[in-house]
Amino acid sequence: MAPKSDLMPGTLDMLILKTLTRAPLHGYGIAQSIKRVSDEVLTVEEGSLYPALQRLLLQGWVKAEWKKTDTNRRARYYTLTAAGRKQLGIEVSEFQKMIAAIGRVLEDAQEIA
Amino acid sequence: MNALVRLLRRFAVLLRRQTFDQDLQDEMAFHREQAAKAFEADGVAPEAARLAAIRQFGNATLLKERSHHVFSFRLETVAQDLRFAVRQLRRSSGLALTAILVLSLGIGVSTAIFGFVDALLIQPLPYPNPNRLVDIDESETLFPRANLSREDYDDWKRLNTTLSSLDVYGGTGFLLRSGSISEPVPAARVSDGFFHTLGVEPMLGRGFRPGEDKPGQPKIAILTYGTWMKRFGGRRDLIGQSISLTGEAYTVVGVLPRSFVFAPRAGVEFFVPLLDKTGCEQRRSCHNLDGVGRLRDGVTVQAASAEMKAIAAHLALQYPGSNNGQGASVLPLSEVLVDKLRPTLLTLLAGAGLLLLIACVNVASLMLVRAESRRRETAVRGALGATPARLVRQFVTEGLLLAGMGCSAGVVLAVVLMSLLARVIPKPMAQAMSFLDGVGLHLHTALFVAAATLMAAILLAATPALRLAFREVHQGLSEGGRGAASRFWSRLGANLVVVELAVAVVLLAGAGLLAKSFYRLMHVETGFDTSHLATVYVMAPANLYGKPEQKIALYHQILDRVSTLPGVQLAGLTDELPLQCNCDTDWIRIPGKSFHGEHNEVLQRDVSPQYLTALKAKLERGRMFTEADDANHPQVIIINESMARKYFPGEDAIGKLIGDGDLTPKSMRQVVGVIDDVREGAADDEAWPAEYFSIYHGPDSYFEVAARASQDEKALLPELVKTLRAINPNLGVYGEDTMTGLLSSSQSALLHRFSAWLVGGFAALALMLGVVGLYGVVAYSVSQRTREIGVRMALGAQRGAIHRLILKEAGWVTGIGMITGLVCSVAAAHLMRSLLFAVHAWDFTTLMGVAAVLGVSALLASLIPARRASSVNPVEALSTE
Repeated sequence: MAPKSDLMPGTLDMLILKTLTRAPLHGYGIAQSIKRVSDEVLTVEEGSLYPALQRLLLQGWVKAEWKKTDTNRRARYYTLTAAGRKQLGIEVSEFQKMIAAIGRVLEDAQEIA
Repeated sequence: MNALVRLLRRFAVLLRRQTFDQDLQDEMAFHREQAAKAFEADGVAPEAARLAAIRQFGNATLLKERSHHVFSFRLETVAQDLRFAVRQLRRSSGLALTAILVLSLGIGVSTAIFGFVDALLIQPLPYPNPNRLVDIDESETLFPRANLSREDYDDWKRLNTTLSSLDVYGGTGFLLRSGSISEPVPAARVSDGFFHTLGVEPMLGRGFRPGEDKPGQPKIAILTYGTWMKRFGGRRDLIGQSISLTGEAYTVVGVLPRSFVFAPRAGVEFFVPLLDKTGCEQRRSCHNLDGVGRLRDGVTVQAASAEMKAIAAHLALQYPGSNNGQGASVLPLSEVLVDKLRPTLLTLLAGAGLLLLIACVNVASLMLVRAESRRRETAVRGALGATPARLVRQFVTEGLLLAGMGCSAGVVLAVVLMSLLARVIPKPMAQAMSFLDGVGLHLHTALFVAAATLMAAILLAATPALRLAFREVHQGLSEGGRGAASRFWSRLGANLVVVELAVAVVLLAGAGLLAKSFYRLMHVETGFDTSHLATVYVMAPANLYGKPEQKIALYHQILDRVSTLPGVQLAGLTDELPLQCNCDTDWIRIPGKSFHGEHNEVLQRDVSPQYLTALKAKLERGRMFTEADDANHPQVIIINESMARKYFPGEDAIGKLIGDGDLTPKSMRQVVGVIDDVREGAADDEAWPAEYFSIYHGPDSYFEVAARASQDEKALLPELVKTLRAINPNLGVYGEDTMTGLLSSSQSALLHRFSAWLVGGFAALALMLGVVGLYGVVAYSVSQRTREIGVRMALGAQRGAIHRLILKEAGWVTGIGMITGLVCSVAAAHLMRSLLFAVHAWDFTTLMGVAAVLGVSALLASLIPARRASSVNPVEALSTE
């Protein structure tokens, strides 16, 4: 019953935080933004999005408030907090370290092949 | 720090749950709207777009719950489950009530019994470091634990190195003037360090000082708290004052704390030092004391026992006449106290445990039936997205809830039962049970309740939850489907009933055997006529009746007055009534027979001439005593059949001489009569050789009057007491009772009656539960097989055949349960054989009786569903589905 996700595990929080660096967004907006920016490669399942947002709220990395949209609808906007910005830095650097490590392993494997 | 902030945030959410839920819901609705708009923008029709958005979004409830999980405590879903469980139980309140009732019965009864066992076996001694206290006594062939003689005690105390202290206590009594009558009160003579050894300090005044127990020291006394309050109004200035005990002045030096109790001498009101040696104590062979000692640090009971045995062996060499064959017995004090009660209490605990088991099994099978009828509900909940874990948790919650409620009701029941049971125990016995104060709700019993509840909860939760695990969810949705799993589970139900019936059989058999033991005990061959005998204890104060002639004059006076009372046929005196104890013994030697200093131990009774005739003891050979057998004539004795058989095998005992170990001329006496054994010991003790002396040869200040009544002996008792007090108001007259009363209130009778009634009660409950369980399983099976029965009937099966079909099913379950139970019963009865009196563990009639009771009850229980099955209307049965 686990929600299907094309994302690597643990990266959803980072992507949400990164998306929020530009401007506060509502849940739907976040999902759309990630989809658009990634050229439709990454889709965020609703099943993962909202639990993730609750998680970030609980950690205090984002804040939520109800605002009017451009079309005058009430929507819940998430804003990045200072702690969230710091956390993003940590996650990005760890992710990059990981990608580099994976890259090295793959190159090594090619050489042997 | 962060963790704290997170916790606070969680609390904030918990407090504003409604807002949190609303926010989440609105947010998701917004999301779906936006998604639908996006679909519309792609050219999808509005309604289709909305549905597509919903589909894409997925199970909103599940999603919400998952978001919720991030914030919520586990507790919250637990609360949800709990609310649902309460709703479920309310919906089938009859079943829930039954389950709670049955559980509370099991838990209540077993907790109450455990309370007693705990108090007795786990915390018997109310003293500091109780496990260092040991009982120190002598031992000989017939008495593994015999009294200690004063001279031996002095030597043991001086020679031992394993004990940090060794002290003795012995019984005595005083006459206390209370109004117009003299009231005998029990007292104890103790050595100087007695309270120090126990670790007890008086709450007022002081304890005995070293050396204060030596002969010639001043007479002083320590009072128990109860006596101080009751007899002296709790006056603090009593310390240092003089009180009169049997006409002698004793100075009160201390009052014991309220909590003080010494079980081996329960009911004692005064403690006095040993002081002067009594007439008996002049001899080393006078065994009238018991020892209590404290082990030195690091010394084991075995080590102390080995040392005492070595000292005893040394003394036996030094004083062969008195100490030949006298060993030593060193046992933990707690063991000595609980020795007699242990098997009874353990049996009761086992019985209560079985009752708890049967109660749990019964409720578990109820739960099983209920789970079976909730197949659809679980299937629907599963289809709506409830994970298997969540479904199981629901059943576990319901099980816990039931167990919890059963436990609370059980605790209430246990408290009531404990106070009830404590009150049922007769007072003289209860006094000796210092541990009764410890019976009640405390840490130990609470732990027991918790353990019992946990066991019940696991059983209750596991049965339906296990069942769930064995079944595919979708199978439940198709109602008609009844696969192999269903049979498996109905078989499990039947197996549970087999367990219940087997346990019920074990309890029934136990109760039957105990009841039969009790009956046998009450109808044991006593060798005399126990009916129409009135008895009373008399104590003659030494200051008035010190000389033998004075006592003998008193005896004559009493016998004259009592014999002429209206309604009295015959009266006699004895120094020990029958059916009391195999105690008060004498060592004999028969001239002309080989003798190597061994102790030929026989019971010795001093009786008045008419006593044996009054008892209606049967004379076999020779003659009874006459008034001429007094102090002015040579000593003659009457012996019992056991003694004649043991010491004069194949000869006629009449006319033979018997003497003490040294055959001193003064001790020589001639046998003039042989009577059938009169049972002197308790009803369940074996018959011992006994010799009867004329009381005129050895008068004693303590004696009992036995009067043979022509009519109602009970009505005679007050008259008897009045007559004796009229002779001299200073006589202590007490303990008046009929012989049948003495018999039925003896400790062995009480223990037997108590356990027979309790186990009988357990068995009745167990039988009821087992039979109800059987009914449930058969009725359920009939309800499940209605269609099958309909088909059978449609195909031509006769009603009788259907009837037989169902009865056969019930018969199998009953038969297996009964046979298993009977086999287990024999094993169980073997374990409790020490409680059985004159009954074998495999007593055929009892076992057959049990089988009959169970068989008839089971037949009755299965007749109802069998009738229902055979009255099924095939047309209706087939058209319902």
